[in-house]
Amino acid sequence: MELTVGPNQFFWSAERWASFYDALASAPVDRVVLGELVCSKRLPFYQARIPDAVATLLEAGKQVSLTSLALVTLKRERKQAAELSDMGVEVEINDLTALTYLPENAPFSVGPLVNVYNEGTLSWLASRGAKRVCLPPELPLGSVSVLAKAGADLGVAIEVWGHGRVPLAISGRCYHARMHGRAKDNCQFACEDDADGLDVRTLEDQPFLTMNGVQTLSDTYACAVHQIDSLKEAGVTALRLSPQSNGFVEICQMYRDLLEGEKTADVIARDIQEMDENIRLSDGFLTGDRGVDWSGHSLVR
Amino acid sequence: MVMEIVCPAGTPAALRAAVKAGAHTVYCGFADETNARNFPGLNFDRAEMREGIAFAHAQGSKVLIAINTFPRAGDEAIWHRAVSDAASSGADAVILADPGLLDYAARNHPELRRHLSVQAAAANADMINFYAETFGVKRVVLPRVLSVPEIAAINAETEVETEVFVFGGLCVMAEGRCSLSSYATGRSPNMNGVCSPASHVEYHDDDGVLDARLGGYTIHRVGKEDAAPYPTLCKGCFSAGDATGHLFEDPVSLNAEQLIPQLQKAGVTALKIEGRQRSRSYVAQVVRNFRAAVDALEAGQPMPEGMLARLSEGQAMTTGAYKKTWR
Repeated sequence: MELTVGPNQFFWSAERWASFYDALASAPVDRVVLGELVCSKRLPFYQARIPDAVATLLEAGKQVSLTSLALVTLKRERKQAAELSDMGVEVEINDLTALTYLPENAPFSVGPLVNVYNEGTLSWLASRGAKRVCLPPELPLGSVSVLAKAGADLGVAIEVWGHGRVPLAISGRCYHARMHGRAKDNCQFACEDDADGLDVRTLEDQPFLTMNGVQTLSDTYACAVHQIDSLKEAGVTALRLSPQSNGFVEICQMYRDLLEGEKTADVIARDIQEMDENIRLSDGFLTGDRGVDWSGHSLVR
Repeated sequence: MVMEIVCPAGTPAALRAAVKAGAHTVYCGFADETNARNFPGLNFDRAEMREGIAFAHAQGSKVLIAINTFPRAGDEAIWHRAVSDAASSGADAVILADPGLLDYAARNHPELRRHLSVQAAAANADMINFYAETFGVKRVVLPRVLSVPEIAAINAETEVETEVFVFGGLCVMAEGRCSLSSYATGRSPNMNGVCSPASHVEYHDDDGVLDARLGGYTIHRVGKEDAAPYPTLCKGCFSAGDATGHLFEDPVSLNAEQLIPQLQKAGVTALKIEGRQRSRSYVAQVVRNFRAAVDALEAGQPMPEGMLARLSEGQAMTTGAYKKTWR
């Protein structure tokens, strides 16, 4: 099974962004998807660094893809989406809009924010040139198994959300800006202080969600360590790890150790929680009653 | 041309009430997980659907069938059957969101008119034209994230008819792309046709303070004497940083009645009312008001004012994203 690093979902300074991908070049992962997923206003801050990051990662032997935005509405965003394939790097579409601009029969990847829930959609995407699909994080293991089998028949690699705060919703409205009493068009980049998003708690002070500009994520970090064997058996070909600001290269190493049988799932889950005492884990979308559920042992709560 | 009023019907009785009240078009769903209002006691079995369509057609109204959840892997046949039954029942169109299902409908029932559900969240003209070219989609229900100028810009770039929500519940997240409900309850709009389901709601009374919980999470807290809003997840009260409040959206519902003239100028074909879960008397009243509004507009008369405020059940109203300040 391969490891894919998904695009960073948060707003990082150009410096932090560039050093993250420099470090990632030495991480034991197979594929890296980079670029702006969440907000088109963030891209100009680090856009100039993308070619260097791509070159460094390619040199380190990684496959590299460039993501589209998750929600394309403005003219500027449509133009950005239309220019994605100009870099000569494979495109990962995270909004079907991006598909409309791809050259016919150009191979492409499909990210977790495109709704691939069934064989019909998978097969339609395959007929358009999709070579790899990262399934929506809310899919249960039963659906994953059916789609992994269908993917094998269609020649589409199937990837599953393995680690990181789960993208739950995307909106036309910016919640960071709204919280600061600003409109989206005059947001003054209210999201830049929160390198892993801003914790949203209930009135009983229970951690619940994460605010990230126009995006809402889970508070918990998805962690599919306990499902690895089932996923392998189902024919899932890659696990997606989603960037976080601290210790990410170590996290990649942990998942690699798990895949190679060097460490057990329980040990990895414990190590991840020991790295940061505020991290809560979940794997409920795959095997629980609710997305937030966690099948393993919790160090916090 | 007079703007088309598209009304919800959760039951055969509501369908008849909407038609009698002057609905140009009624939309409804089969009583299963194929539609995005899969609530207990709601929707139509096959015989009811055929009868409802015959009734509407006899009165000159159309019926659209929403099959707008995302088919479950391994069980697509349930959704395929829904499309085939819609065709054989004489439905005027199906409202679909899933590309695989659109592909199925276009191949197997090319004569059945296809509308793109709001659950597909097609938010720009390129996407809409793509659905038209690829699957022969004739109308798109626009997501509730667009302003009136943005809608006008879309209509300038597409031949596909546009339908917009003007009244009822309001999603603040891009529709069809939200897993908040399944994160907290395991039941989602995309997979199960439900959001923040009543089965997972609990009210907890603690010494005069009433907590409304969803999946164990406190979504609202009000004094015992105050009205407790339903704990819809994205309209809950939360805290983040130094702020506490309705961080995503206030518990409001959409009312864009005063924007109808602007929506018409923006090139919108049809006005959609949310609420298949609503009673037939509610539906009839909303329909009568909106029908009066579009008829007045067509006759060059001023819009009747503030006609629907009392139907909002004590909730505040908003014009949502249509006025750009919302963003």
